[in-house]
Amino acid sequence: MTTFLPPADRIWWKVPVGRQELVWIAIALVWCLIMFAMMPIWHIYGKQNLSTEAYQTTPAAYGAKVQEMIDKYTVREESGIPVVRPPAGSDVYMLARLWQWWPILELEKDKSYRFHLSSMDYQHGFSLQPVNINMQVVPGYEMVINITPDKAGEYGVICNEYCGIGHHTMVGKIYVGE
Amino acid sequence: MSSFRLCPDSGFYFNRDAERLMKVNAVAGVVALLIAGILALGVVLTRWQEVHLLPADIFYQVLTGHGINALIFWVIFFEMAILHFASTTLLRCRLATPGWAWAGFFLMVIGAVMNNIAVLQGNSSVMMTSYAPMQAAPHFYLGLILFAVGALVQIFVFFGTLVVAQQEKTYEGSVPIVTFGAITAAIIAVFTIASGAIILVPTFLWSIGYINHIDAEMYRVIWWALGHSSQQINVAAHVAIWYLLAGILFGARPMSEKVSRFAYLLYILFLQLASAHHILVDPGISTEWKIFNTSYAMYLAVLASMIHGLTVPGSIEVAQRNKGLNKGLFEWLRKAPWGNPVFSGMFISLVTFGFLGGITGVVMGTEQINLIIHNTIYVPAHFHATVVTGTTLAFMALTYLLIPVLFRRQMILPWLAKLQPYIFGGGMVILILFMLGAGTLGVSRRHWDMDFTGALLTFEYSGMAYTLMAIGAIGGVLAIVGGGSFLLITVGSLLFGKKLEPSAGFLESFVGKPLAASVYNIERPEKLERAPQLEGHHGSGGGFEAPGTFVLALLLLVTFVVYYFINWKYLASVWPMGS
Repeated sequence: MTTFLPPADRIWWKVPVGRQELVWIAIALVWCLIMFAMMPIWHIYGKQNLSTEAYQTTPAAYGAKVQEMIDKYTVREESGIPVVRPPAGSDVYMLARLWQWWPILELEKDKSYRFHLSSMDYQHGFSLQPVNINMQVVPGYEMVINITPDKAGEYGVICNEYCGIGHHTMVGKIYVGE
Repeated sequence: MSSFRLCPDSGFYFNRDAERLMKVNAVAGVVALLIAGILALGVVLTRWQEVHLLPADIFYQVLTGHGINALIFWVIFFEMAILHFASTTLLRCRLATPGWAWAGFFLMVIGAVMNNIAVLQGNSSVMMTSYAPMQAAPHFYLGLILFAVGALVQIFVFFGTLVVAQQEKTYEGSVPIVTFGAITAAIIAVFTIASGAIILVPTFLWSIGYINHIDAEMYRVIWWALGHSSQQINVAAHVAIWYLLAGILFGARPMSEKVSRFAYLLYILFLQLASAHHILVDPGISTEWKIFNTSYAMYLAVLASMIHGLTVPGSIEVAQRNKGLNKGLFEWLRKAPWGNPVFSGMFISLVTFGFLGGITGVVMGTEQINLIIHNTIYVPAHFHATVVTGTTLAFMALTYLLIPVLFRRQMILPWLAKLQPYIFGGGMVILILFMLGAGTLGVSRRHWDMDFTGALLTFEYSGMAYTLMAIGAIGGVLAIVGGGSFLLITVGSLLFGKKLEPSAGFLESFVGKPLAASVYNIERPEKLERAPQLEGHHGSGGGFEAPGTFVLALLLLVTFVVYYFINWKYLASVWPMGS
């Protein structure tokens, strides 16, 4: 009849809209505005907001910063990877490369850190488990996020951006002590 | 010279040139779907950790091919067929420039073949997104570029055809809502393909050494204007198909032309912004930009989908009630033709797109919530609800209708066709729900091994994550059986179905050879009249004409609200972070 025929009314845009549709549009619009408001509200009252602090960098420059931290604060080694315990409140660095998260970090519970993240080669995905915090790691960009680990324990860092054949072996660690 | 035929079964007119292009585009799409479906089996059986079928390199290769064939080649080829249908058949006009349309089609075929060859050769396992600086072979990018250019050419032929229809006055008044939806899809496609050119052309030049650096973040920002928007073409197209099938099956008319068209307009204006969904946890993207864009500017495109979610089933309900199916809230729905795959496919598409695809899309596209979802297997769960149970199932439903009408063959295995939407949709729903769950537990997408075999350090997912992935995979296998049934029925019907028109042979079905000249016996179809006015009825009136639909819509809203806030609560439990 109809959905595939031209509208019955020549001036269809002047045909009044039924009450049912108007009510639904009003309800849906209110819901859309609530969802829109939730994002700025969370920036004010919520505690999980991604930082927008980021810098352009190069693998060499970023690698040097990471090495500097490792040289200063390494406490031991695990499977050949340095375990680094930087002081609470400091800048801590992690780098992603084929196929490794480097180094292992040891943090203190309820202390804040300026956490830096960048990639030395391809794109990688920082996926902290089992808390389930996920961020994109992009070469040439250094992201800085203030994090406050609020539960002690051993956390895995998985790569969740495809980065080649060894992607699945890219597992890192963050320890959070009391 | 006569160039039209009238389909005696449906009353649709087909233009000789356009009909051939509809067939070849649809067939090429189905071939891509077949490839995607075969590869899907490899993906599913590898991600099912207890089976873990393929080695890592083959898995990533298969996953790349699956993504590109399903998300790009299948849907866009089929959409070209829909554009030619929505212009020439629905407006009863000739195709503007058949030669250009064929050129576009061949470019698409060359591009699709070239890209598939690149993936098959094994050095382009870069996933559909091909994120720089990971590099594929040059013909991987070139294939995509040629495919996109070909699609653009066919889209311009579609626009030209609209002009022809208007100038030759083949219809009265405004274009039907279905054509309006197709125009929306085509406009979004132009934007999409332009974005694709902006990023893929330099990436191609980089792959052959003319450019030495592609900024990885810039690539992501522009690529997603292609990657996400191309899925928005699907949304506009499959909503148009919902309207079409509601009209054909029930004689439904839009509850309000104004409201439905306005909702489409919102798509054109705001769906474009969704590339932001993919860069919410990327470095250096400002908060204001993310909030404005990820919400499609205050969720106005979500509003549009919520409107279609009411008006499509609402229009069916009104039509059914006019036929006397007036008992209670849901007699109209209970007595719908559930055994007809055209209806069941369309309705499952509508419900799963709304409840699963829409809600999860908004949730994970919320700026902060994306932190707990980005790149987990939740993401493919979401887009299987939009592109597979939403778009693909709607296109399958349309195909069942087209076998007799366009291809002039009777459908074979009607009993299997009756079950097919339930097998395919049901399997997919299992896959989607359990992958959503696994994603919430942090299981990664695009990942070969949940056990991290060979890693220096260890991490163990919970036993529950393994169970969810296994059940999801079983759903996936079921869906592949459903998809295989679809291919069996459609290809089988074109080969062996009873000929409703004696000249509808193999070449006519598969390579677009025209039917016998005598079939095209109409020089100019009758002018397409406006839909008849309803007796004593103007607009959709003052009352609640579709109360059952309204209840369903409220159910969607409640599910939406509850699920949305559950995710905020979950987010509140992770480590505090900020700037």
